[in-house]
Amino acid sequence: MSEPAVKEKKQKLSVPFNYDKYMRPHKLPHIWCPGCGHGIVLKSLLRAVEATGIDKDNICMVSGIGCSSRTPGYVDFNTMHTLHGRAFSFATGIKLAKPEMKVIVISGDGDALAIGGNHFIHTCRRNIDLTAIVYTNSTYGMTGGQYSPTTPIGDIATTSRYGNIEPPFDACEMAKAAGATFVARGTAYHTLELEKTILAALQHKGMSVVDVIDACPTYYGRMNKFKSATHMMEVIEKDGTVNVKQVDKLPPEKVQGKLLRGILHNVERPEYCQQYANIIEKAKGGK
Amino acid sequence: MGEAAAKLPNIVIHEKLCKACSICVDFCPTNVLEIKGSCVAVKNLAACTRCQLCDLRCPDFAIQIFD
Repeated sequence: MSEPAVKEKKQKLSVPFNYDKYMRPHKLPHIWCPGCGHGIVLKSLLRAVEATGIDKDNICMVSGIGCSSRTPGYVDFNTMHTLHGRAFSFATGIKLAKPEMKVIVISGDGDALAIGGNHFIHTCRRNIDLTAIVYTNSTYGMTGGQYSPTTPIGDIATTSRYGNIEPPFDACEMAKAAGATFVARGTAYHTLELEKTILAALQHKGMSVVDVIDACPTYYGRMNKFKSATHMMEVIEKDGTVNVKQVDKLPPEKVQGKLLRGILHNVERPEYCQQYANIIEKAKGGK
Repeated sequence: MGEAAAKLPNIVIHEKLCKACSICVDFCPTNVLEIKGSCVAVKNLAACTRCQLCDLRCPDFAIQIFD
């Protein structure tokens, strides 16, 4: 009897993921502050990339400017660190030049939705086969904690000392309205769920946007009276979101005011690179 | 219990990478870890269930559990 019990125990034994396979280990420790969620999101992304089975030399990671946009510096893909807000434009160029390459755009909420808002919506509209990971931490961390397009009303930032009066963006609703064919949201707290969401986004053919809620304990947290990174993760990410699959089962008062997690929008539409290739064929075969 | 059941996990902590943010300590369901100075340390290894939550939520690539 003892033999099978031992075997069962062995199957449960943990095998940790080897992040070094996709990292530039000599670049660590990274610049992110203690408790910043960006590292957690990066780990989920690397596990999702492993699950897709795509060769790391066939992936290009593009980013703009900001805390989140330091990500490509630490990973061993083809990487580009580009202009503020223009990561989507660079990524579009890379994808059109090399349609077989998997292009991942890493962007912060300020980078993607404010400074690069125009590029973001038009990339969504074209439905080009990119995967955009938008790290939403409700602040501009790198420049000192100014309020960003996702800072909730009434919250304190360096540039809103008496409370923010601007209503925040819902990145998912905007991406959906602009024409992205896969829109999802995850949080750094729900890391395994985030891994699955990013995996689905990477496997989708067309523009996929994953809005990831994470926490900035250094600026947003301290100015808004959060005790620690853990406290932020519990209040904003765990209690502030609800899985889209559970919405129907929960009473309305438990859903009200919370952000939805999970895959929010998934449709099929002609992809831009394919359409472009068709046009080239048509032009060659024309009169 | 047999020998295999009593085998303790090997918690590897990279002291150079740890920033003592305390996320792993706070989310550990069995209270295995603690903050010692500017780094995380193992307090009660026998309680570890190898659930990997510390590894999954560590933002600094600083902790992993091997067998």
